[in-house]
This record gives sequence, C-alpha cells and structure tokens, in this order.
Amino acid sequence: MIEAILRYEFLQNAFFSGLIIGIIAPLLGVFIVVRRLSLIADALSHVTLAGIAGSLYVSQNFAALALLNPIYLGIIASVSGSVLIERLRRLYKHYEELAIPIIMSGGIGLSAIFISLASGFNTDLMSYLFGSVSAVSRQDLWVVLAIAAVVVIFLLLFFKELFVLSFDEEYAKASGLPAKWIHLLFMIVVALVIAASMRIVGILLVSSLMTLPVAAAMRLAKGFKQAILYAIIFGELAVIMGLVSAFYLNLAPGGTIVVTSILILLFVIVSKKVTIRNKEAAL
Amino acid sequence: MTNPIIQLQNVSFQYDGTQALNNISFQVEQGDFLALLGPNGSGKSTLLKLILGLLKPASGEIELFGESIQSFKQREWIGYVSQKSNAFNSGFPATVAEVVKSGLTKKIGLFNHYPKDVDKRVIKALEAVGMENFATRNIGQLSGGQQQRVFIARALIAEPKLLILDEPTVGIDHENVQSFYDMLVKLNEERQITMILVTHDVDIVSEHISHVACLNKTIHFHGYKNDFDHISEQKLDAWYGHKVRKIH
Repeated sequence: MIEAILRYEFLQNAFFSGLIIGIIAPLLGVFIVVRRLSLIADALSHVTLAGIAGSLYVSQNFAALALLNPIYLGIIASVSGSVLIERLRRLYKHYEELAIPIIMSGGIGLSAIFISLASGFNTDLMSYLFGSVSAVSRQDLWVVLAIAAVVVIFLLLFFKELFVLSFDEEYAKASGLPAKWIHLLFMIVVALVIAASMRIVGILLVSSLMTLPVAAAMRLAKGFKQAILYAIIFGELAVIMGLVSAFYLNLAPGGTIVVTSILILLFVIVSKKVTIRNKEAAL
Repeated sequence: MTNPIIQLQNVSFQYDGTQALNNISFQVEQGDFLALLGPNGSGKSTLLKLILGLLKPASGEIELFGESIQSFKQREWIGYVSQKSNAFNSGFPATVAEVVKSGLTKKIGLFNHYPKDVDKRVIKALEAVGMENFATRNIGQLSGGQQQRVFIARALIAEPKLLILDEPTVGIDHENVQSFYDMLVKLNEERQITMILVTHDVDIVSEHISHVACLNKTIHFHGYKNDFDHISEQKLDAWYGHKVRKIH
C-alpha cells in the first residue's frame, strides 16, 4: 500500500486529502453536534450536490467550460446554502428546523434537474455521491489544503467565542459577544468543509464524518478539548482504515469510511457499557 | 456620596403591542444587594434584558455606570447568571474549568488568547464559590446547585462590578438554597459586588438583602429592605393580584 502511494499520484491525492479531512471534519463536527446542527450539515451537502450536478451539466454542454472542476460550483452552492439556511432560521424563529427540509429538498430538486439535463448518472457523478480513491486530482488536494487553512485560522481566531456560543447561547448574547456574526462565519466554514470532504467520502456521506466520530468521542470525553482530540483520532482512524479497504476491495471509500466509523462508535458504546458494569460489579 | 451603577428613567417597553413595562424609574447604587420581586409575567426578565442591552426600550433612558447604555462598552463589568433550566444541555462535553474559563471571553476580547495565569484564575474563582475540588469534573454530572455555583464562578473570573442573577435557585434542592444565598451575601460584602437578584417568590428574600424592588409592569415599591418589611401583605396582594405570603 505504502509503495503504491509512493508510486501513484492519484493515491497520494486521495490519501493526503483524506488525512486532512479526517482532522477538519470531526474538528468542526464537535461544534456542530453540541449545537444540535447535525442535520444542517446534511442539508448543506445536498445543496453542494446541486452545485456539482450543475457544474457537470455546464461542462458537458459548453465547450469553454469543459475543464471546470465541479468543486468550485459545489463550494459556491454550499456557502450560499449556509447563508440561506441562516436567513430561513431567522424568518421562522420558532420553527428553526423548517430551514433544513426547505434547503435540503431544494438542493435535491435542483440536483435532479441538472442530473437529468446532463443525461443521467455517470461514473463521474457516482464518484461525487459516494467518494472515490481514484478521482481525486492534484487540484482537488490543493483546494482541500486551502480550506483546511481557512478552518485552522478561523478556529485560532474564534475558538473561545465558539465555545461560549455552543455551551450557552443566551449567556453569549448577554455578555455582549457578536453571536450572530460568529455563527454566520461558522456556517460558512462548515459549508467549505462539506465541499472539501465530498471528494473522499462523497456528498451523501459527508455529514457522517462530522457526526459519527464526535458521537463516539462524546461517550468518552469529560471535557471539550478532550472531545475534540478523541473525535479527530476516531475520524483519522475511520479515514485511514476506510481508504485502505476501499483501495484493496475496490469499493467506494464513502461506504467503507462510514462503516468503519459506525464500527468504532459501536465499539466505544459497548466497551463503555462493559467498563461501567465491571465497576458496578466491583463495588 | 452615592454612585449609581444602574439608573433607569421612565423606561417603557412593549412586546407586539402589549405593555410589558410601564414608566420604570429606579437606581441601584454601588454595593447594593437588590432583590427584584414580582409574579410571573410581571416583566422581570424583560427588565433584565433591557439592562443587559439585549432589548432596547421603547422610551426612557438607561444609564450603566454613569454612562448611557448606547455608549457603554464595558460589558465585562456585568456578570450574568441565568436560570439553570434554560442554560445548557447536560450532555455537553465540558469540564468545570473549561466553563469557568469561558467567562473571560468577552474581557480578553476577539482574536486574543487566554492569559498565561488563566488556570490559577479559574481555581481562584472556583474557591470563591467553594467548588475548587470539581475543576476537572464534567459539568453535566454536577447537581443543579453545584452547577449554579460554577456559573457564578464563570461570572466572577472576569471580576465583575455588578452581578445579575435571574432566578438562580430554580431547580436547586431546598436545603441548598440557603447556603447558595449565604455565598452571594459573602461576595456582596467582601468584594463589594453589586447584586441584582430576580426571584419569583417573595418567600426567599433573605435577611441580608439591602434593597427590594417590587415589579408588576411598573415599580410598586423600591427601597430599603427594612421599609419593605413594614409593607402589609394586603398591599402586596393588591400589587400582584393574588395572595402573597411574607416570611422573614
């Protein structure tokens, strides 16, 4: 495997992108999960699909745009989706979750139109839906790296504010923090990470890499930093094991990564139950 | 020499056309321990939100520390502790120390990092509320009363001059309520922190409180605790529109 990575550029692209995503997706995921925004990540990934499908359609039909990397329109769609969701959430103050089905079905609807216009499913689209080991280009890797840099800078600047906002929104507002702006920036960064992750895990499974490692981490962590650390460890484990098995078994990495994450989660839940039972038995 | 920390002049506020607060005027001075009393829907929380700057009054003037609330920038001087019930979800993965530390967020400002001695400050703040042995515990595993003490430590770490507490004893066991109030009194006396305590019941006004304000859309009484003690229960009934019991 290591030899193959050294030899083939496409494998390098996939693995390095995977390793980066394995860090940034669970890292932001911790904030998403504790703020109960997991479903928003799902909605945004479907909006990203609309951008991807739109881009595939455009490059099929306009020769000048034939080489356009779909990731760019995906990013634009995802970020616009995040801003729209915030608008809708404020419009339906007492039914905030309404924003999710509105944006989600909008995203799927647009995707369906673009996919049928682009004369149906093809392998290219499949690789966006469920991820791919072979389809990640060097350009994709650079985009992932750039997005990772944005995430790191964002968290360096706003970590403590995000913690307060996540822990107790009312307190954050009462203490005079610009909660609205920080939240909007956060949603935009989430949209970027979703766009970055889709190449590896696929659009339909992006949100799983933001939530499953966090779900496992929350079973074990006492504190917030600890939760982040565990989430990243579980995320990386899932990405590495998932990519390796996808490569050898010729499967879509989105599937193998998600199944690995679920196995990790199950293992954590069961082993925690067992230790608690043993402790109780010892008393 | 008086030092008004909060001054409200003819403040009114409406929610969707309904009058929530009507022509409120009162002031709180340095070192006061004010209990704000009133029944449900009397506008207590609205009044706090106005003071915290979360709502803007329809008319009237609010001054904080001698400055108009519009131009007042030292929000870190004001510590705020809300009702436990709506504060956070108990599965949140955070240690007590992490929660207390987050009380410095506004004080150190955007883009800046925590100071080097932050861990010492966390312990000091926890000592003030008698929770120094819980620093590494998960916040969700503490009892309601212990959590409220942690939230007070979170306010104290920023060294506030004014502490606003919105029904802090809701959800706390009855036997712990008294020691909770004793702790507030100590902070008020030793650190000269001005306190505004909103409570739902007249019953829990402790003997250590210096001032009392009775609110029901408008201020019915504002003055020294001793004067409040002389008000008849009949009068309170009339203000609040239901039977009120006073316990000393």
